Amino acid sequence: MELLSWGDKGWGDELFFATLMTLAVATAAFLLGLVFGSLGAAAKLSRHGWLRAIADGYTTIMRGVPDLLVIYLFYFGGSALVTYVANKWLGTSGFVGINAFTIGALAIAILSGAYSTEVIRGAVLAIPKGEIEAARAVGMSRLLLFRRILAPQALRYALPGLGNVWQLALKETALISVTGLVEIMRQSTIAAGSTKKPFTFYAAAAVLYLVLTTLSTYAFQRAEDRSMRGMRRA
Amino acid sequence: MEMQSHGGIRSGSPPAVPREGAQRSTEALSVVDLHKSFGTLEVLKGVSLDAHEGDVIAIIGASGSGKSTLLRCINMLEVPDAGEVRVGGELIRMRTGRNGRTMPEDQSQVDRIRSRLGMVFQSFNLWSHLTILENVIEAPVHVQKRPRPECVAEANAILDKVGIADKRDHYPAHLSGGQQQRAAIARALAMKPQVMLFDEPTSALDPELVGEVLRVIRQLAEEGRTMLIVTHEIGFAREVSNRAIYLHQGRIEEEGPPAQVFGNPRSERCRQFIQSHI
Ligand SMILES: Nc1ncnc2c1ncn2[C@@H]1O[C@H](COP(=O)(O)OP(=O)(O)OP(=O)(O)O)[C@@H](O)[C@H]1O
Ligand SMILES: [Mg+2]
Repeated sequence: MELLSWGDKGWGDELFFATLMTLAVATAAFLLGLVFGSLGAAAKLSRHGWLRAIADGYTTIMRGVPDLLVIYLFYFGGSALVTYVANKWLGTSGFVGINAFTIGALAIAILSGAYSTEVIRGAVLAIPKGEIEAARAVGMSRLLLFRRILAPQALRYALPGLGNVWQLALKETALISVTGLVEIMRQSTIAAGSTKKPFTFYAAAAVLYLVLTTLSTYAFQRAEDRSMRGMRRA
Repeated sequence: MEMQSHGGIRSGSPPAVPREGAQRSTEALSVVDLHKSFGTLEVLKGVSLDAHEGDVIAIIGASGSGKSTLLRCINMLEVPDAGEVRVGGELIRMRTGRNGRTMPEDQSQVDRIRSRLGMVFQSFNLWSHLTILENVIEAPVHVQKRPRPECVAEANAILDKVGIADKRDHYPAHLSGGQQQRAAIARALAMKPQVMLFDEPTSALDPELVGEVLRVIRQLAEEGRTMLIVTHEIGFAREVSNRAIYLHQGRIEEEGPPAQVFGNPRSERCRQFIQSHI
């Protein structure tokens, strides 16, 4: 147990900060993913065929390619791109790395955005057409209708699905340990290597993930209950 | 409640010259030669009608004759292919789009005119994430941008009038169909509409709940509100209207005072329709 204690001797404090890092990456990725997801859903529900095609391509690729591969492509592709741009216009020379946090959050956001797209699209389609029509009939502008009727209703239909998307984002952060970002997974690997006690640290990591996912399940459940006020109980 | 006042609404063009006697002077709604097709199906084949202030016009007709489409074209929930709609003298301006279809020239004009037309749907369509009171004040506060306390006070009075003041803080899903429809009528009334459009307001209700909704509509008729009522309740339509229209396959086949249309129609089809619906 000494191994997991706080301070110089144990790895407790390192694991704690790694947990914060996991939370930070997951949160940034999830929120950015919501932006991608909203855009993706809007595109999928658009009247324009070409917008729908782009969104379909996006979700198909993201669901068809292994997540780890997306992260690799992002990391190396992104670095190559930044290096090229920096060498060409900023006068630098040689390899320019990108911040591991940024690239990791971006990669997971792109992945999570694909799942959010489907969730948000489904939520918008679940809104009774008649309620939208009633809003148009009282003279609401498109913007007002979106703000007062569409968004609040879509949110409550989307919450359960978004809870799953968040869980996924949380677990996918383990994959970005390959970029060198010191989150739970990476920290456990480092500790396991230097103490030769892999099982202890991987078990500790599992517990940490479980704590995070359990807490967030609880939080999403609360939010769902709140948002379901006024819905007929099934 | 002073919901009868329609001040400020008649700006646009001056009220029409009195046509049929003194108290029927102001034109509330005018529809001229409305056409609407869905694909190859021509649903409205040139419908014209005028409603003066205080008119209660009953619209009857078989399923598929275009009654709903007519109401929905009046507030542009469906865009007519041709024809004119005027509300309180103001013409809804239309233009032809790049794809050759007609569309409103100015969406904000449409929004503004819609806020003067109170629509009541067959399926109520209350906003399920808002309480009854919130449903009623939603448009007055956010569309008409009137002060919330004033809207709440008016909403309470209207809910009282339609008999569901005690349901004010409930969500729509917890009300009976009859109560939901009365709430939907309250929501429309709260906008102080110049014309009310009812599309089969009792068709989705259990028989024992029809009466409570018809009572409210009758009361509105007695107050002198201008209303277009699509209904299959022939007896009610006859009592409450001062004019009736029988639609058949997208055309007005019979039109006149209720005694004529319901009692002694010229059209054989209309006669049969009424016989089968009594
Ligand atoms: N959005 C639409 N797209 C295609 N066809 C439509 C659409 N709306 C209505 N129709 C068709 O137009 C015709 C007239 O419909 P409408 O709803 O106006 O009839 P109605 O007189 O209100 O009938 P009901 O008494 O059944 O309500 C019907 O054949 C219907 O199927
Ligand atoms: Mg209909």
